[in-house]
Amino acid sequence: MAFVTDRKRAVGLGSAKEGTHHFWSMTVSSVGLLILVPLFIFTFGPMLGEPHEAVVAYFARPFPAIVAALMILVGFMHFKGGVQTLIEDYTGGMTRKALIIGSICLSYAAIATGLFAIARIAL
Amino acid sequence: MADVNRGNRPLSPHLTIYRPQLTSMTSILTRITGNALIVGALLVVWWFLAAATSPESFAVADGVITSWFGDLVMTLSLWALWYHTLAGIRHLIWDTGRALDIPTAEKLGWACIGGSVVLTILTLLAI
Repeated sequence: MAFVTDRKRAVGLGSAKEGTHHFWSMTVSSVGLLILVPLFIFTFGPMLGEPHEAVVAYFARPFPAIVAALMILVGFMHFKGGVQTLIEDYTGGMTRKALIIGSICLSYAAIATGLFAIARIAL
Repeated sequence: MADVNRGNRPLSPHLTIYRPQLTSMTSILTRITGNALIVGALLVVWWFLAAATSPESFAVADGVITSWFGDLVMTLSLWALWYHTLAGIRHLIWDTGRALDIPTAEKLGWACIGGSVVLTILTLLAI
């Protein structure tokens, strides 16, 4: 057993049958972000540095609120997939598992916080 | 379990033996910009939460995000976002099987670098 390689142990087990899912979800979210990124830059950008009342009034409008909500949702889902690839490339074992779980928790926490904030401003 | 026999087996030559190339550097930059954007993204989420909470908490978050350090982070994030977006377009083109020859790939690499700088300056001028 000590001399059996990783590959030798994997041969014959077949594929995981879900190898393209990660790739496809990154492709879909990247196309979505292609639309969302410019919209977000030019709605959020001008509001940066504005007084509190102006910011709240602006993001109470449907279009800026929906763009910001979608940007946070799709952006962090894309980050969740991307950072997982980064972690898998440079770490292994328990470190890898802990970092992947941590990054997934962080992504969902940021999505929930962002959507809550925008909903509270907009409604 | 997965790595029981990794340590004492020979490894193929890796990144360290190659001269830096435009294609590899722009690829590494795509990874760095994408993952580094977490800093700016969390700042923006905090800014939204503070705006939703009270004028006092907004003053704190807005103070941080518009300080000289906040400006630096947000400006670099803006460039990172444009660079990662252009590099993402390059990947979507590659995914169709096009532009994979080295001269075209290098042209697209320069387009990512130059385009991201130009878009960042134009954005800063526009907003």
